[in-house]
Amino acid sequence: MTIFVKGNEAVVVGALFAGCDAFFGYPITPASEITHAASSQFPALGREFLQAECETSAINMVYGAASAGKLAMTATSGPGMSLMQEGLSYMAGAELPGVIVNIQRAGPGLGNVYPEQSDYNQSVKGGGHGNYHSMVLAPGNVQEMCDLTIRAFEIAFRYRNPVIILGDAVLGQMMETLTLPDQESPRPDTIAWAVAGTAATRKNLITSIFLNAPLQEEHNIHLQQKYAAMTDDVMYEEYMVDDATIILTGYGISSRIARSAVDELRQRGMRVGLFRPITLFPFPTQALQRLAKDRTVMAVELSNGQFRDDVAFHLGCPIANIPLINRMGGMLITVEQVIEAVLTANK
Amino acid sequence: MNIKKAVGFYETFERSGSPSRDTHYCAGCGHGIIHKLICEALVDFGLQDQTIMVNPIGCSVFGYYYWDVGNIGAAHGRAPSVATALARTLPGKTILAYQGDGDLAAIGFNATYQAASRGEHFATFFVNNATYGMTGGQLAPTSLVGQNTATSPGGRNPAFEGYPLHICETLNQLKAPVYIERCSVADSKRIMQTRRAIRKAIEIQRDYKGYAFIEILSPCPTNLRANAVEAARFVTEQMELEFPLGCFRDNTADAAPRVLRSATTNLHDLYATNAITAPPPPATKFVEKRMKFSGWGGQGILSLGIAMAEAGRFAGLHSSWFPSYGPEQRGGSASCTVVVSDKPIGSPDTTEPDVLVCMNRPAFERFASTVRPGGHLVCDALIGDTTDNAPAGIRMTIVPATKLAADFGVPQAANTVMLAVLNHLKASGIPKEQMLAALDASFAKKPKLIPINRRIFDQATTWCEENLPK
Ligand SMILES: Cc1ncc(C[n+]2csc(CCOP(=O)(O)OP(=O)(O)O)c2C)c(N)n1
Repeated sequence: MTIFVKGNEAVVVGALFAGCDAFFGYPITPASEITHAASSQFPALGREFLQAECETSAINMVYGAASAGKLAMTATSGPGMSLMQEGLSYMAGAELPGVIVNIQRAGPGLGNVYPEQSDYNQSVKGGGHGNYHSMVLAPGNVQEMCDLTIRAFEIAFRYRNPVIILGDAVLGQMMETLTLPDQESPRPDTIAWAVAGTAATRKNLITSIFLNAPLQEEHNIHLQQKYAAMTDDVMYEEYMVDDATIILTGYGISSRIARSAVDELRQRGMRVGLFRPITLFPFPTQALQRLAKDRTVMAVELSNGQFRDDVAFHLGCPIANIPLINRMGGMLITVEQVIEAVLTANK
Repeated sequence: MNIKKAVGFYETFERSGSPSRDTHYCAGCGHGIIHKLICEALVDFGLQDQTIMVNPIGCSVFGYYYWDVGNIGAAHGRAPSVATALARTLPGKTILAYQGDGDLAAIGFNATYQAASRGEHFATFFVNNATYGMTGGQLAPTSLVGQNTATSPGGRNPAFEGYPLHICETLNQLKAPVYIERCSVADSKRIMQTRRAIRKAIEIQRDYKGYAFIEILSPCPTNLRANAVEAARFVTEQMELEFPLGCFRDNTADAAPRVLRSATTNLHDLYATNAITAPPPPATKFVEKRMKFSGWGGQGILSLGIAMAEAGRFAGLHSSWFPSYGPEQRGGSASCTVVVSDKPIGSPDTTEPDVLVCMNRPAFERFASTVRPGGHLVCDALIGDTTDNAPAGIRMTIVPATKLAADFGVPQAANTVMLAVLNHLKASGIPKEQMLAALDASFAKKPKLIPINRRIFDQATTWCEENLPK
């Protein structure tokens, strides 16, 4: 069965099919439709919805529900995401699963409500204090806004780690056809670690404090090993890459604009392809390295080169080797801009 | 002194790193007494298995070394948010939050105030020692006027540091809390009153009656640079003047019964009304169409776009709709872009539409020149004179859609007229059958309007046949 919905609404569909027990949110454009849909659909299924007094509280509510082994989530945009960083760090430190959706808007500061992808470093490199990572999933269409939300819960509970869905204002606001999931995900088993107010979980403890430095180091090493293991879960999409001499790379809305440019350039006989990372942390490093051999790689993004710099980092090459095609401030890259940049680079 | 063995504590405090039964608290500190009273109540009421303690950040950050219940450590000031989520996702469990005055009254006060106002089902034990114990005796919101602290070295001066916050009094302005009391652990008589208050707050949780708040004045000898006796005297003789003891509220007897959520539908039915089986892809090749719709908010621009996008999906095509939104939407103008294609859609936006619908003059002036050569420009006659601006190389059609809608009896239906015009012009390439299905679908929530809009679609089609060039 299919429905026609906004990307933001698809997140809620995914959450409910994932078995999400509770949604805690605070309104902010362009993410508000997630909170709107959650406010009616979670209670309709007897699940919990609460509009928190601020994002700091919302993320700590996610922390609380996750501590009990519940599937919990929140959704926000830039300014709210900044407020959530402390909570994310605590979740990572206490090894709590949860899903945090960031429908990116333009910044810094209040910025505006139009699309940008400038929270890349904040999401991918940690964002809060301490040596930690959230896993970061980047949907590219409305279907993935739903499907990756389901996947996010599964990954979050498997690793006991927060997972960020890094969307953008276009993906959140646009409507597309969504094929509904077939059935609700199986519930994860949390009895070994959750604190659920039962005899079996009374001995459990959720905390991120290890006052003893050697123990805190041991904990850090354990976390790093966990992040390394996450590479098993990398996801990416390749489009028209087999014979390509130029590879465009971008995530989210940028990848879709790049995809249109690939189609047009192909019609002009140019061998251009697209590499779209779906996991931004862990980055599909090996796949991109394989592809980048003897080809020009160009980054397409709605930010100041944060993504391009990371691509260069993963390829182990100078930043200058990766041309940047970008816009900022809420301006969308046009297909023509991408085409032009490719033609220029190919001269 | 012969101290009664504390119950409800772990046998030995392994989590502290040394398997002893010594706590980490200083001699004369009130935290240990309060811990004991809470645990004793939990044991007496048989609640240990079902209790979750939310530990704060402050000297009692390590409460979990001792109390033998489920333990969660919260970020500084966030215990009420954590406890809120626990209370709501684990109804029936006993949720307790334990916080100091820096944790609760400074960094986390809003969280406390809001949770209390919502009447969350947990109890808060607020330990007011008039200072930040853990971080070295700094000024707390509850430090007394004149009190020397690490960050008010000349004594708290109201001119610069303001006055002590009265938390019980502030929470007592709220409707929802069931029980609010301030007590003290400075001497044994007061400890007995604290014991009663703690037991009451826990009983309220056991009986699901609502939010309970106990403030406990507690000595901190180390940071007062005093011995245990002097510190206790400071609490009784100075703190109590500022923070009088007593019960502020006890609504236990007539607390409203707890309301729990219950499902009114299931996951399958939740989306069933809008769901359709995916239609098969079209038999013949479809050339991707990028369409832009623009006009005033209130002209039904966004719904017209959605109807077109839905028509595309009913025809088995990929289909996307992307609106202008935010302040732009409120400023009066509205526009959206629809892409229909036989392959997955790249950009959902367009700078060169194949079809442009302009419902007002500003839209015409802004976008008319962007239409792709050979494309369609369809305008409401409201745009006025176009002789100067009509772009060359495109098919331009002007229809008095707003006027026709009014003539047909439904002034708000200009968008339905436009849909019929686009269908008549075969501008989108989507068959009429799916256009009509999408029109119906757009009124799924108001089915009474379906036949009316069908009629308007037909009347507009007839008008096109009679008035537009073949
Ligand atoms: C965000 C943040 N800011 C500051 C601190 C440092 N800090 C730890 S405990 C504390 C104050 C504790 O005072 P109080 O709540 O009165 O508890 P007490 O130690 O007196 O029992 C502070 C400021 C922190 N842990 N987190």
